[in-house]
Amino acid sequence: MDYVKLINCMRCGMCLPVCPTYRETFLETASPRGRVALVRKLQEGELDQSEQLLEYLSLCLDCQACASACPCGVNAGELVAEFTCERKAETGLGFMEELILRKLVPHPDRLESSMVPMRLYQRTGLQKLVRTLGILKMFPKPLERMEGLLPNLPARPLRQEIQEVTPAVGTERGTAGFFLGCVMSLIFSDASRATIKLLSSLGYKVITPRNQVCCGAPNMLGGDLAGLKDAARANIDIFRRYDVDFIVTDCGGCGAELKKYGHHIEGDSASAFSAKVRDISQILVLHADELRAQLKPLDLKVTYHDPCHIAHCQGIRKEPRDLLKLVPDLQYKELESADACCGSAGTYNITKPEMSDQILKCKLDAVRASGAEILVTSNPGCLLQLKKGLADQLPGVRIMHLTELLSRSMDA
Amino acid sequence: MEKSFIKEFETIVGEQYTLSDRESLAVYGYDSTPELESVPGVVLLPGSPEEVARIMRLCHGAGVNVTPRGSGTNLSGGSLSAGGVVVQTSRMNRIIEVDEENLTATVETGVITSALHREVEARGLFYPPDPGSMNISTMGGNVAENSGGLRGLKYGVTADYVMGLDTILADGDLLRTGGKVVKDVAGYSLNPLLVSSEGTLGLFTSITVKLIPKPQGKITMLAHFPVLQDAALAVSAIIAAKVIPATLEFLDKVTIKCVEDYAHVGLPLDVDAVLLIEVDGHPVVIAEEAAAVADICKKHRCSFFQIAKDADEALKLAAARRTALSALARLKPTTILEDATVPRSCIAAMLKVIQDSAKKYNVTIGTFGHAGDGNLHPTCLTDERDKDEIKRAHAAFEEIFDAAISMGGTITGEHGVGLAKKKYLPKLVGETGIRVMRGIKNAFDPKGILNPGKIF
Repeated sequence: MDYVKLINCMRCGMCLPVCPTYRETFLETASPRGRVALVRKLQEGELDQSEQLLEYLSLCLDCQACASACPCGVNAGELVAEFTCERKAETGLGFMEELILRKLVPHPDRLESSMVPMRLYQRTGLQKLVRTLGILKMFPKPLERMEGLLPNLPARPLRQEIQEVTPAVGTERGTAGFFLGCVMSLIFSDASRATIKLLSSLGYKVITPRNQVCCGAPNMLGGDLAGLKDAARANIDIFRRYDVDFIVTDCGGCGAELKKYGHHIEGDSASAFSAKVRDISQILVLHADELRAQLKPLDLKVTYHDPCHIAHCQGIRKEPRDLLKLVPDLQYKELESADACCGSAGTYNITKPEMSDQILKCKLDAVRASGAEILVTSNPGCLLQLKKGLADQLPGVRIMHLTELLSRSMDA
Repeated sequence: MEKSFIKEFETIVGEQYTLSDRESLAVYGYDSTPELESVPGVVLLPGSPEEVARIMRLCHGAGVNVTPRGSGTNLSGGSLSAGGVVVQTSRMNRIIEVDEENLTATVETGVITSALHREVEARGLFYPPDPGSMNISTMGGNVAENSGGLRGLKYGVTADYVMGLDTILADGDLLRTGGKVVKDVAGYSLNPLLVSSEGTLGLFTSITVKLIPKPQGKITMLAHFPVLQDAALAVSAIIAAKVIPATLEFLDKVTIKCVEDYAHVGLPLDVDAVLLIEVDGHPVVIAEEAAAVADICKKHRCSFFQIAKDADEALKLAAARRTALSALARLKPTTILEDATVPRSCIAAMLKVIQDSAKKYNVTIGTFGHAGDGNLHPTCLTDERDKDEIKRAHAAFEEIFDAAISMGGTITGEHGVGLAKKKYLPKLVGETGIRVMRGIKNAFDPKGILNPGKIF
């Protein structure tokens, strides 16, 4: 790791008030400034790679709110991730990590097959039975949490259903390549369908290559930089075969990762790929007037949660709000600390359940205070986490992906 | 620190809030002061004044040192402890009361400054002190350091707002000073003594501050000056014209470039200095004041004068100044920030001294600051690995402090003496000054366990 990146931190503390784990604990070890110091002292030999130190670092959500707040351009979240990658490169991946990150995630078909039992579990009524009998209490806690987070699955993943080419409605203005996020395709296929519909109704021919693979974000999360690079090369290669103006995604996590391919992989093709990547909101705002003309009134109180991967990693804050404000009659309510993490953070809600729940509670309190009936966001991790949180604690509030809401307004 | 002693702390604040592992202690070894580090023996996060008192009684009995710490944004090394007990106040963060009849607010010591701002401003009230770190600094820390901020010129500093304090003394006893009364001449005025005591006289547990009505309006202006001295003269002229802006901030060329690179607010890159000026108060009055300011700036050869069109733009211009320090810090890994302060009539002379010293010692110094109250922040951009440059930077600052003292100014306007300015204090206050301060310290803390080694 580049030592200068570590000593650039001048310890001003601007990152402390925006860090969800510092806000919960007030502990320096749970702050971005503290994490940078831990990694620095490790490099300087003042500290060892102890269990305790790794435990402290593992509390980082990698939400990168600290990076948005840092005046000196230090990204503590990324530094911790980089440290994990370097460590994993030395120690190698564990058995389960190898299985999931190398054997499962990079293969969409295997990933989809792995969900079949879950779908059966839900559809045969077994889930209801299991939940009623409280059988899950007999299994390890992470399994119970995973089961609880999973909403009803669509009959088939979108990847298997969607046509490779969706023609533009009316005059064609350009071609958009659509990047299917794994979780979007497997779980939130309705939202991605809405995304494709919006693009085509604004005059884009949408190409959705069937053989695209996972963006590699899970690899990065697990410290598997080599796995990420494999995924990147595969996707760059696949999209290069199509002549697209943009590569659009409706998944914040994928968008953030795809935009960094150029950073991780040398060569023009990677930076050319990354330069074309857009979050769906970035495309839609380009055609705000035409979109407005197609939207019909929705008399709803709506608020918006900024996914970390959209606000902090991609710097997109204004676009989603501007889009919501296009909907006639919609009453937009700004959420307090809208860009604070919801506690989902990849698998954090499973690996650090207590901290995740505390952070989720802050978010739900803010949603309650906003008086909104619909919470809009645009990242599947947040959708999973908040859907469960709302169901448990705020059943009156529904959650939707940004494109679902816009599509509803179009159809209203 | 001995295990058995740490166990005793655990019974007071709980195991969860007693930190003694190597990793925790290492990261409590710094605050925001560059170059300084020292590892404490244990870190405690008490949840109530009673717990603070019990900690103090235990430490007093055992003769163990105690250093208070808020969020650790001190800029003079004041929250560092070598082997002693660090008491972090963050958990005591309730706003106890906003008394709209008496115009006071009472807060626990760990309340974040900007949280108090939000709370009182929602009620049309105003707590003016706004130190650069206000989004994370604690009220206890602000009182202990007598923090200033951008609004010092018109509204004063933390000391001007502290009305009452609950302080746990070295032996664990509670000292209650002041309260909600405006007039109080019963005995020595202890509040001003405790404010800026830098943790050496006691630990605050509750703080009552004065509030004022929130100004009805504000006009934000920006003036560009091709020649640095003209900007400095304009500052003196504005005040001589009996206009007291709420904010009268100065940024020099080095700072302007950094802020613009970082915040992209449209600051000009071809001028020597920029003044950010804000007048606040009744809309009719501020319109007149703004006109007067515009007139003075033009007379002093400003090349451009801009009035923020709306609240958004005003916020952006003010944000540029607020990010000055941090933006400077992007250039080089290490940033040494000072706060030498002079009578404001000497601003122009002081700026010249800073420029000459930077040149003489071949170091990069960006200067910004509260020009209106004479409090400048010459900021040296360096690299801690370059020992020779660090040495030259300190030599430059020594000259700057000497000049400040000779002009009737001070070595620190708002960061405190702590460890960083300790060696300069005798030059400023003389032997008599040090003797009186020591006497006060002994009266409060005869065993010398409260934040020892700081100030003098």
